[in-house]
Amino acid sequence: MEAVRSQRKSLSNDVVSTLPLYRSAPALEVRLEDFELFAMDRLRVLKGISDGLSRGKKPEEMDNLVEDLWKANMRHPQASEVVNKDIISHFVLRLVYCRTALMAEFGLSYKAVSNSEFESIKDKLGQVAKSIGQPLPTADVIFYKVPFEEVPELVAGRRVFIHKGNAYIAANQVVSLVATQFRSHLSKALSLTNRKWTSTVREQEKDRLAPIVEALSTSYLGPDYSQPKGFSEISVKDINELAKSSFPLCMRHLFEKLREDHHLKHGGRMQLGLFLKMHAAINLLDIFVLDTVRDWILGHQFPWYTVWGVGLKLDDALLFWKAEFSQKVGAERFDKEYAYSIRHNYGREGKRTDYTPYSCQKIISSTPGVGDHHGCPYRHFSEENLRAALSKMGVNSRGVEDVMDKVQNRHYQLACTLTFEAVHGSSCDSGINHPNQYFSDSQKILQSKNHSTA
Amino acid sequence: MTREEVETRTDEMEIDGGEQREGDAVPEGVNANYLKVYYGKLFPHADMFKWMSYGNDGKHPGCDQSYFVRREFSFTLDNDIYLRFQSFNSASELENSIKEKCPVKIDIGPVYSVDPAKRRAYAQTGDNVFTPVERELIFDIDMTDYDDVRYCCSGADVCLDCWPLMTIAIKVIDTALRDDFGFNHILWVYSGRRGVHCWVCDEKARRLTNEQRAAIADYFRVYKVGNENSHKKVSLTGLALHPFLARSYTEVLRNFFETKLLSSQNLFSSEERYEKILDMIPDESVTSELRGKWQENRRSSISKDDINVARWEQLKHLLQSGKHKGQGLRRCIEEIVFSYTYPRLDMEVSKHMNHLLKAPFCVHPKTGRVCVPIDPNQCEDFDPTTVPTLSKLLEELNMGGVKADADNDWDRTSLGKSMRIFRTTFLQPLLKSCKEEIESAYSSKLQQSKNSISW
Repeated sequence: MEAVRSQRKSLSNDVVSTLPLYRSAPALEVRLEDFELFAMDRLRVLKGISDGLSRGKKPEEMDNLVEDLWKANMRHPQASEVVNKDIISHFVLRLVYCRTALMAEFGLSYKAVSNSEFESIKDKLGQVAKSIGQPLPTADVIFYKVPFEEVPELVAGRRVFIHKGNAYIAANQVVSLVATQFRSHLSKALSLTNRKWTSTVREQEKDRLAPIVEALSTSYLGPDYSQPKGFSEISVKDINELAKSSFPLCMRHLFEKLREDHHLKHGGRMQLGLFLKMHAAINLLDIFVLDTVRDWILGHQFPWYTVWGVGLKLDDALLFWKAEFSQKVGAERFDKEYAYSIRHNYGREGKRTDYTPYSCQKIISSTPGVGDHHGCPYRHFSEENLRAALSKMGVNSRGVEDVMDKVQNRHYQLACTLTFEAVHGSSCDSGINHPNQYFSDSQKILQSKNHSTA
Repeated sequence: MTREEVETRTDEMEIDGGEQREGDAVPEGVNANYLKVYYGKLFPHADMFKWMSYGNDGKHPGCDQSYFVRREFSFTLDNDIYLRFQSFNSASELENSIKEKCPVKIDIGPVYSVDPAKRRAYAQTGDNVFTPVERELIFDIDMTDYDDVRYCCSGADVCLDCWPLMTIAIKVIDTALRDDFGFNHILWVYSGRRGVHCWVCDEKARRLTNEQRAAIADYFRVYKVGNENSHKKVSLTGLALHPFLARSYTEVLRNFFETKLLSSQNLFSSEERYEKILDMIPDESVTSELRGKWQENRRSSISKDDINVARWEQLKHLLQSGKHKGQGLRRCIEEIVFSYTYPRLDMEVSKHMNHLLKAPFCVHPKTGRVCVPIDPNQCEDFDPTTVPTLSKLLEELNMGGVKADADNDWDRTSLGKSMRIFRTTFLQPLLKSCKEEIESAYSSKLQQSKNSISW
């Protein structure tokens, strides 16, 4: 793909497959303006999908939504150019998000389980189905046998039968397999692109493409979170109040535990510590990664948002943590053992990375152990504990039932969204994707209420 | 940082001048002089090298000669100096460095893409090539995480009454690693004080990504994060237990709970203790009926039957009897047993490739006990209180005379048994399959290049 400044030369008229898999960049010339415009259009589609998912839209509704979004944003005056626009915009976004890529490597292998093998493990498959509330498998359901490494999500949730290194996945679980494969393929490609971009292309393109790419990766903001004004900094004495009014349950729980025990284990310190710090970043990678598996993304939830940290400055953060920890371990031990990691979080120690607050996705997928208090309460609390915590937040009993319903269907972010709505008495259209978004949305509502009463 | 490191050392120097004593008795403790003898005569340097080379130290052309040197070792020295990113070219380099530095603790890290000692040189290329590429799948289970379900000791102490909790953990995890995940080369090690470590060394395990490691750790997780509103730490839902949980329950947990822990931990012996269990039953009518029974017959001595067993039977009977078949009660018995027995893993250790773990055959600086391997097939017989201490080993060496039997000094000591377990149950089968893998990988590579030539 080559970006050209000249007037558009007709893009290749070759017939391109109607379902592109984006395996390799096309040999096309692209106008510089289109380079940016196409990418923006695709981002609008992705954001719309993300909003729809976080609102818990049903598969049929999502189909319609995706179609509408696609029509609205991805159209092109020349019908023949639509496919090219699709491909170009995908690869531009690859370039934009390649810097946050992860490495992973898998091989493909699908093997349908034979009848005789099915009979021999039928009982176990039935047990798994029962344990996750699925109907019992019958002989006409196709099962695939894949190395367990290829379906980490299913393994983690104990949603498959595993024997001698193989996971037996039902046809309706193939989604997870494909998603993993695609994510892995893409993240590998992203990291290659990144290497090439940083080593050569960025320098060559520093006056032309580079500014566009940099701008796309940092400046595209959803309409809702473009103005982080008004609560950019807070001080230690405000935190108590804010925790009660505007912290999501995961952070509230950590905060209360810290006040109670004057201690938090590592995972909790990270989750709460980064939440409290001031930070602005955008993470569209997660949603972009699943961009091209439109058919399979339904049912998954991908956070992306501009993240506004609560805004505790380093000095205040040290004071805050010290005030609690020193009651348990003493001031001296705090300075010796814990202060480092707080400065580390703020990028003042070690490899000096300015760490980003955790997203819902990351918190939901964490694995707290005994004595840990981090994680997502909607996923990691027992039912009774969650009910108790919700009513303590002031959610009424009907609200609690609605939340529990989402929890049972494993829609943890949706459960949090409902909690938000119940606590604030107003709706949250974009859904909750990030603890810091919960906080900033909450503050906006409270401040507008203050203004209206004042 | 592990918990052990943050503790202050108090007891290590109370045996000053122990060397001058007469006779064979060597006073307990750990000091630099003892360690020098231990690393000089007993520590299995060659075996450690063999293990960490995974067959790549051979003459076969398929061997990756750079493999061992890319492994990170870390030494903790006597005065809390912590040396990370040590790497060694050969068995003798490793041995000489250990003997010279005499570390109180040796940790093993991942295999990196490049020699970790030269990571700075590579860092300047800006390409981020210094990254972990292989690491054993590891598990760390620590008795301190069980403090709410054991009454015999707490914190760093263990005794034979609570040790069965570790035996359970070994049995449950070991079986699942082999039967479910298909791993074969698994080493269990006593951590020297209050827990066990597990090293899964199959090639497949060493190459797992962080995401896959986390998935396995999650597969093993049943505990829920909770608050004090409920003592229910385990919440089992669904119409059936997943086959892994069901097997763990019927083959290990239930049996250990009923025949060992119930009595050894006196789980029902006082009101405070049985109330903790009743808290896990979400049905007022059941709990009040049981409470009534137990408060009444507190005086009438049930001398023949163990009171814990009797009360557990009553509880089970009531929950299983027809009249209380409520939704939430279905899993109650299992939930109680899981809460009191199911393994508690330190998740973070297993989830990331770059976590360090103490090497086997280190000497625990506090207890002086050697981190010896445990044979999972005989784990019920393992007794942490009889694990050889450094001073005992030195005593045994002294008794054996000064006869220089360079190759296997350990055979004259009680470390001999541990070394045999290490070699026969773990190292030899591992190296055998490493050799086979290297050979088959090499011949298929040859085959491939032959094919491409014929084009």
